[in-house]
Amino acid sequence: MDYGFSEAQELLRASVKEFMVNEAPLAHVREMEENSTGFAPGLWRKLAQLDWIGLDYPEKYAGLDGSFLDVAVVMEEMGRALFPSPYFASAILGGHTVLAAGNDNQKEDLLPKVVRGETILTLALTEPSGSYEASGVETTATAASGGGHVLNGTKLLVPFAHVADRLIVVARSDGQGTAETSISLFLVDPKAAGVTITPLRIISGEKQSEVGLQNVKVAAADLLGTLGGGWPVVGDVLDKAKVAMSAEMVGGSQAALEMTLNYVKNRIQFGGPIGRFQAIQHRLADLATDIESARWLAYEAAWEISEGQPASAAASMAKAFISDVYVRMGRAAVQFHGGYGYMKEFDVQFYFRRAKASEAILGDQYANRELAAQQMGL
Amino acid sequence: MRFKFTEQQDALRREVKDFLEKEWDEEAQLRAEEAGELASGHSPTLHQKVASKGLVALNWPTEYGGRGWTPIEMAIFAEELGYHKVLDGVYRNTMIIGNSICHFGTDEQKKKYLPDIAAGKTLFSIGYTEPNAGSDLASLETRAAEDGDEYVINGVKVFNTGGHIASYCWLATRTDPDAPKHRGISVFIVDLKSPGITIRPLHNVADGHGQNELVFQDVRVPKENMVGEKNRGWYLMAKALDIERIRTSPSGRHQRVLEMLIEYCKETKRNGIPLIKDPLVRQQIVQLYTEAKAARLISYKVIYQQSKGEIPDVPASMAKLSGSELSQKIAHLGMQLLGPRSIIHGSSKWSAMNGELEHMVRETITYTISAGASEIQRMVIAGRGLGLPRG
Repeated sequence: MDYGFSEAQELLRASVKEFMVNEAPLAHVREMEENSTGFAPGLWRKLAQLDWIGLDYPEKYAGLDGSFLDVAVVMEEMGRALFPSPYFASAILGGHTVLAAGNDNQKEDLLPKVVRGETILTLALTEPSGSYEASGVETTATAASGGGHVLNGTKLLVPFAHVADRLIVVARSDGQGTAETSISLFLVDPKAAGVTITPLRIISGEKQSEVGLQNVKVAAADLLGTLGGGWPVVGDVLDKAKVAMSAEMVGGSQAALEMTLNYVKNRIQFGGPIGRFQAIQHRLADLATDIESARWLAYEAAWEISEGQPASAAASMAKAFISDVYVRMGRAAVQFHGGYGYMKEFDVQFYFRRAKASEAILGDQYANRELAAQQMGL
Repeated sequence: MRFKFTEQQDALRREVKDFLEKEWDEEAQLRAEEAGELASGHSPTLHQKVASKGLVALNWPTEYGGRGWTPIEMAIFAEELGYHKVLDGVYRNTMIIGNSICHFGTDEQKKKYLPDIAAGKTLFSIGYTEPNAGSDLASLETRAAEDGDEYVINGVKVFNTGGHIASYCWLATRTDPDAPKHRGISVFIVDLKSPGITIRPLHNVADGHGQNELVFQDVRVPKENMVGEKNRGWYLMAKALDIERIRTSPSGRHQRVLEMLIEYCKETKRNGIPLIKDPLVRQQIVQLYTEAKAARLISYKVIYQQSKGEIPDVPASMAKLSGSELSQKIAHLGMQLLGPRSIIHGSSKWSAMNGELEHMVRETITYTISAGASEIQRMVIAGRGLGLPRG
């Protein structure tokens, strides 16, 4: 049993934290929310130069061959800063899908560029149904007469699709099979005919889009993995994504807690700081305990992934638990800041809005608990 | 980072499991219940067996007959006690006192008490709480006044665990009424057969008589029974918290009860479908399971920090707070899942899940009060942990 990070991981955390403090304060988050690109390409290049995009990628794809715990460390610090970047979309969702399902050509072609920050990938999974189960995928992939496929459907909340170089579209291929065995993955050029990308205005201000697919032709070479073999890959990537996001939410919760502590220690009412009142103290003590609990659920799940153990149940439980905690913390943060809490001119509301968005993405609490129940054999 | 145990630690867990499955199976528990042992909060029969396996002196240095275990092995052992529903209050106290004697006792005290504690012949009870000193323990008033070679003790202790079955009381007294409250406290080992001690039973809502009121009226205690330095008792009591912080026993219990609850929900149909297929039931069980997982993780984190020589006071408060609140939540939500038969006592054939949760809900109502109420844990977390100012 070892509850400590390695020295290298501690160093990594300190470096990412320092980077965020110096390069991406909340003023940057505010700026990127207003900006249509939604991230700073200059910072993204720096991230690549620091080797943080490919931490857990194999060396042959320009990665560092690190563990998923390294990813959790980075995500936690990014979450603390609410750092706007394509990291999650490209390195986690997109890159890991290619890593798991791609053939050698696809991997050699795409992954080094992903790791170097030159190519941005994203995963077009969510649909209007809002379901993260295989049966929720209604986008169709019809075999084309001259080879390849034709895609039709609508994808929602696709992160960083508006700047992506490639979309990975999850679609139902025709033919026989169950909901789970008829899903395939396709690499799609966002500039291809029939693809429309419309940014959505979402509660957190993060850049996520609607992706329309109307008779989009995909070459046979752009099938990722086997025909009908897509869902296990998506499941595996979703586990990683949930754990990465859990770590991110832990960082966000912790930052909201610290911001609130700082406020209640300095806000004077009735002749003293409001943080002396037990009405505030006990609620924050409970939240600090919840965040600590959430943190170790996230780390344990990340460790399971790094060990190559089945982590679906742990990932779903962590995502569900931490979503509750983040929202609870976000609400308390606004509440204890009083009027400054709900004004956009002030910063704490960023965390509240991000918590609400994170809670809904990759399956809400209800969906994730049901998935965990299935994993537990209930 | 690594969330698994060493092979030796896994082997130890198996050893403890095997031992408890054999010595504390349903039949043994039934026998203990019939003998009134369960109601008194302690089974001497089991204690003897535990002692003969060398499991009382777990973390003592080997020179005193201990096994030299680290907090991690202690935590594994405690978790298994919880899983196997061993009532460990008196046992824990005896372990805590034994540990303190190892640290602070004189050579004579060590010789006198340690072998008998290790052999399971001697039980200790703790006399801390008083009618006017509960959460604010340092304001205790039981007076020990020096008189020649003895101290004369007068005062009242309440919620004393195990005084009715123990040989000795580990007693916190005030030896300097004029000093600041933390600096006038001394600890004595008091023979419970001494003249002037009256033990009055207290019965809790779980039908247990584990606790008592102890009245001391001119009780004379030899000077050599003082442990540690005079007026430094508070610091010695704080040291005992090292073991108090090993709180994995509730995690074992949570795991066991959730397993039973899942089994029950698989076997029981309501409105024609198994309970476990009801979406709401599934949600609640996974929620409880997740919270139990989290509570266990942070309990072991405390142990990990202890094993590194740290004093994890705030993490320990978090673990105590979340673990005890969760014990109640499992019992309450569990009862709701069981429906109206949940309120029937386990002695009836109509009880649900053998009355396990009906009993648990009464038993766990004490958890958020004893050993530092939830409100006190929140004060520690808010003050020491979050640096919030005192009101």
